[in-house]
Amino acid sequence: MHISLNSSNIIFGWLLNFMPATAVGIIEMVLIALAYLTLFAVLGLYLVLMERKVAAWFQLRIGPNRVGFQGLLQTMADALKLVSKELTGTVKADKFLYNLAPYFVIISSLMALAVFPFTKNLQAFDINIGIFFLIAISSVGVIGILLGGWSSNNKFALIGAMRSGVQTISYELSIGLSLLTMILITGSLQLSEIIEVQKNGWLILQGHIPAIIAFMIYMIAGTAETNRAPFDMAEAESELGAGFHTEYSGMKFAYFFLAEFINMFIIAAIATTVFFGGWLSPFGITESIPWLGIFWFLAKTFVLVFLMMWFRWTFPRLRIDQLLTLEWKYLLPINLVNIVIMAVIVWLNLTIQY
Amino acid sequence: METTIVNNDFKSEEYFINMGPQHPATHGVLRLLLTIDGEIIKKVEPDLGYIHRSIEKMCERDSYQQIVHLTDRMDYLSSHINNEAVCLAVENALQLEIPERVKVIRTIIDELTRIASHTLWWGVMGMDVGALTTYFYGFRDRELINDIFEETCGARLTMNYNIPGGLMYDIHPNFVKRVKSFIAHFKTKLPEYDSLLTGNVIFQKRTKGVGILTKADAISFGASGPVGRGSGYSCDVRKHHPYSALDKVPFNEALQTEGDSFARYLVRIQEMWESMSIIEQLIDNIPEGDYNVPTNAVIKLPKGEFYQRVETARGELGVYIISTGTKNPYRLKFRSPGFSNLSLLNHIAVGGKIGDLVATMATLDLVIPDIDR
Repeated sequence: MHISLNSSNIIFGWLLNFMPATAVGIIEMVLIALAYLTLFAVLGLYLVLMERKVAAWFQLRIGPNRVGFQGLLQTMADALKLVSKELTGTVKADKFLYNLAPYFVIISSLMALAVFPFTKNLQAFDINIGIFFLIAISSVGVIGILLGGWSSNNKFALIGAMRSGVQTISYELSIGLSLLTMILITGSLQLSEIIEVQKNGWLILQGHIPAIIAFMIYMIAGTAETNRAPFDMAEAESELGAGFHTEYSGMKFAYFFLAEFINMFIIAAIATTVFFGGWLSPFGITESIPWLGIFWFLAKTFVLVFLMMWFRWTFPRLRIDQLLTLEWKYLLPINLVNIVIMAVIVWLNLTIQY
Repeated sequence: METTIVNNDFKSEEYFINMGPQHPATHGVLRLLLTIDGEIIKKVEPDLGYIHRSIEKMCERDSYQQIVHLTDRMDYLSSHINNEAVCLAVENALQLEIPERVKVIRTIIDELTRIASHTLWWGVMGMDVGALTTYFYGFRDRELINDIFEETCGARLTMNYNIPGGLMYDIHPNFVKRVKSFIAHFKTKLPEYDSLLTGNVIFQKRTKGVGILTKADAISFGASGPVGRGSGYSCDVRKHHPYSALDKVPFNEALQTEGDSFARYLVRIQEMWESMSIIEQLIDNIPEGDYNVPTNAVIKLPKGEFYQRVETARGELGVYIISTGTKNPYRLKFRSPGFSNLSLLNHIAVGGKIGDLVATMATLDLVIPDIDR
C-alpha cells in the first residue's frame, strides 16, 4: 500500500523515528482502512439521502426534512434504527451462507472504492491493472446476491438472485468492452496513468464519436450492473416483493442497501475517471490548486449519480427477456463494432487533443 | 397446514409460488397460486376469501336505505356509482319520478368518480411496471376530485351521497366552480400522463402484445368495462342502457381492438377525456329543482325481481333484487365487474413471464373488495 501525500509522509516519517518499519506499515494500513470505512458509511448514507431528495423532487414531494437541518440527519437516524433492529431470518435457511452473503456484497464495493484517485496522489493504492481490478472486484458482489437469494429459502428471493446473476454476467461484458474501447486511447490500465493522458482533453473528447457511444453503453450497462431501475430485475418490488434481500433484516439488509448505493457511486466514479478526466478541472482552470481535484472528482461523479437517479425515477422496468435482448442483440454487437472503430481512430491518429 | 395446491402433476422443472395474499402487485388481499417454469407462468389460480364480509347476506338483513351504505365498501373507488346502482334499482321498483336535477348531479359525480378511479389506476399501473413516479402524479389530480367530494358529500372515499329517491342534500355552492376549475386543470395535466408513461418505449414494450384477450373470449368470459372494450367488445352500459342523465349527453365509447394490455391502458386514458367532456356538457346546465323526492321512512318494494346495471370505473355492476314485499330484500345479488375480469387472468397470463402477469393484472384494474364481497 502506498500513499504519498506530503502530510502523511511527514507523520509516518516521524513515526519511523521510534518504531520498526513493519509497525508503521500496519498503522498506516489501519488508518487508511478506517478512513475508507468512514468514507464508505458517510457516502452511503448521504447517497441514500440524495436519492430520497431527488426522488421527492421528481415526484412533487418535499422529501425528508424533519431530522436535522432540511433532513440532513434522516439517514443517520435510519441507520441507527437498522443497527438496533433485531436480526431475523428464515428457519430453514442455510445459516452460514445466509450470514456470509452481505459481506461479499459490501466488501466488494469497499475494495472497489479503494483504487480511485480522488485527486493527485490521494489514492490508497495505485495498481497498474486498476481498471481490470475494478471490473474483477465488482463482479464479486454478484456472488453475495446469488448466495443471499439462494440461502434464504424463499422462492421470491431465489428468482431475484437468479435474475441478478443472469443480468450481471451479461452486462459485465458491455462494461468491460466499453472500458476497453477507452483503454485503446490511454494504452494503460492504471487509473493515475489514464488521468495523466487526459491532460490534453478528456477521453470523451479525445475519442469523440466512438467514445460517446462507449459512454452511453457504459452508463446503460452500469445501471444494469448495479441492479437499479430500469434494470432492477433482482428486486422488482412489484413482482418479487423485495427480491434477493426479502428475508434480510436490520444491519444485514442495510449492507445490501448501502452496497447498492456505493456501487452506483463506483460506476459513476469509473465513468468520471475514464471518460471525464477524473479529478482534472475542465480545461485546466484550477490546475494550480491541486486540492480542488477532490471537488472536481466529486462534482463530476455526482452529476453522473444524479443521471442514474433520473433514470430510476422516470423509466418503467424492463422485463427479463427484454433486458437480455438489449444486451446480447444490441449493446454487445454495437460495442464490438465500436471497439474496431476506436482502434482505427487511434491507429490513424484521429483523436482530438488540445 | 391445509394446502390449496390443486395441481399435483408438476413437471420436474415447474414449481409453485404463492403470490399474495400480501404482495405489492395484487393491490389488496388477493392470493394467486402460480405454477411457474423458471420465469414462465404455467398456471394462475386466484384464491379468494381473504376480505369476504358477507355483504350480500348483510343486505338481506338491512333496509334499502342501509344497503346503499354497504355498497360503498365493495368497489371503494367507484363508491358513488355503486350507491347509484342500488338507488336506481329501488327507484325503478317503486316507479319514482326522479327530478332532472338529481339525474344531472348524479351523472356529474359519476364521471368525476370515474376520473378519480382512473387516475389512481394510472398511478398504480406505472408503479406495477416499475415507474414509481406516476403514482404521485395520479394522486395529485385525484386529491382535487376528493376535495370536491368532501365539500359536497362530506366524505372523500365512501361518499353515501345517493339515497333512494335522490340525493342526501343539495350540492355545495362552490361545486360548479370547483368542478370547472378541476376540468381546466386536468385538461393540462392529462397530456402529461401521456408524455410520462404512454409514449415511453419501455412501457410500450412491456404492455404491447402482452395479455392478449380476443373479442370472443372477452364476451365468453363476461368481461366488461375497459377490459372488454380494449378487445373491441362494445359493452359500455352508459351507451347501451343509459341511466340518469346519460341519455341526453353525446359521448364516444372508448374502443380499442388489439386486446392487449396497452389497448386496455389506452381505453382508460380515452375514457378520462370522455368523462371530462360529459362533465363539461352538464356542469353549466344543472336544472333547478328538488334534490330528492320524499319516500316513506320504511321502503317496501313490491313483490318481484328487479335488475339494474350501471357502468362503474371497472365495468358493469349489476344489482339483482328479489323482493317478497317486505322492507328487506329476500335476496340481493351483485354482479361485480372485477370478479368476471379476474376470471380471465389465467386465460391471458399463461405463457407470459412474471413481469407480464403483473402488467396484465394492472390493466385489469382489480379492486379486491369488489371481487370478494
